[in-house]
Amino acid sequence: MACFLVPMGEAIVTSVVQKAVEKRERRPGGAAAGERGLTWSRKLGWLNKLLWGGTVLLAFEHLWHGEIVPWPPFLTAMENPAHVAPMLHEVATFGTAMAVFVTVLWLVIVAIAERKAAAPAELRFDSAKGAK
Amino acid sequence: MFLIITALAAIVSTAVWYSQAPGDKYRVGLLSLMFWGATMMWFVDHVFAYLTEGGEFFEVNLDATMLGVCVVIVGLLVWQVILLISDPKRVFSRR
Repeated sequence: MACFLVPMGEAIVTSVVQKAVEKRERRPGGAAAGERGLTWSRKLGWLNKLLWGGTVLLAFEHLWHGEIVPWPPFLTAMENPAHVAPMLHEVATFGTAMAVFVTVLWLVIVAIAERKAAAPAELRFDSAKGAK
Repeated sequence: MFLIITALAAIVSTAVWYSQAPGDKYRVGLLSLMFWGATMMWFVDHVFAYLTEGGEFFEVNLDATMLGVCVVIVGLLVWQVILLISDPKRVFSRR
């Protein structure tokens, strides 16, 4: 009904955080972890793209199914008081689960990327060539 | 069906992105992450719906297929608008 609202809320928060982190990293002597090219603003950028992309496409799906409309109150469930409680329940369960799942997978991606970036260059070269 | 089509779009766009990596002039990485985000969210939605309501996991019908195709079109459209605005080839800024 409106489950995409939770990932959308998270996306708004992470976008603001990314901007703040990016600003801090650009400062001279800032904590730009640039040596390995994996800054926190870049990693947060991945999460933002996952969340915003999912939100936009899920919003389109809800539009397709007539669950959202381009005029107030935007959510068709809001037009009938009996539908409000199930909608809020769906937002709390489905929406939260979606946001948590995407965030956990993003953390896994970040952990793998950091491990790859931290590997010595020689080792990375060898594994790429398939040599011992 | 739209979950399958979106997942397929995510896999194809990731393959295209990787073939050009580490360069990402045309922002295919953005397109890939957009499709992966939607795929993950719909996967959770399908699992929850299957566990709570039962029925078939994948909805295979014409409406769901058309929705999947339209989702891919919307994803490509959003990516293309962002690409044209960012204009990495500087086509619009040339005199």
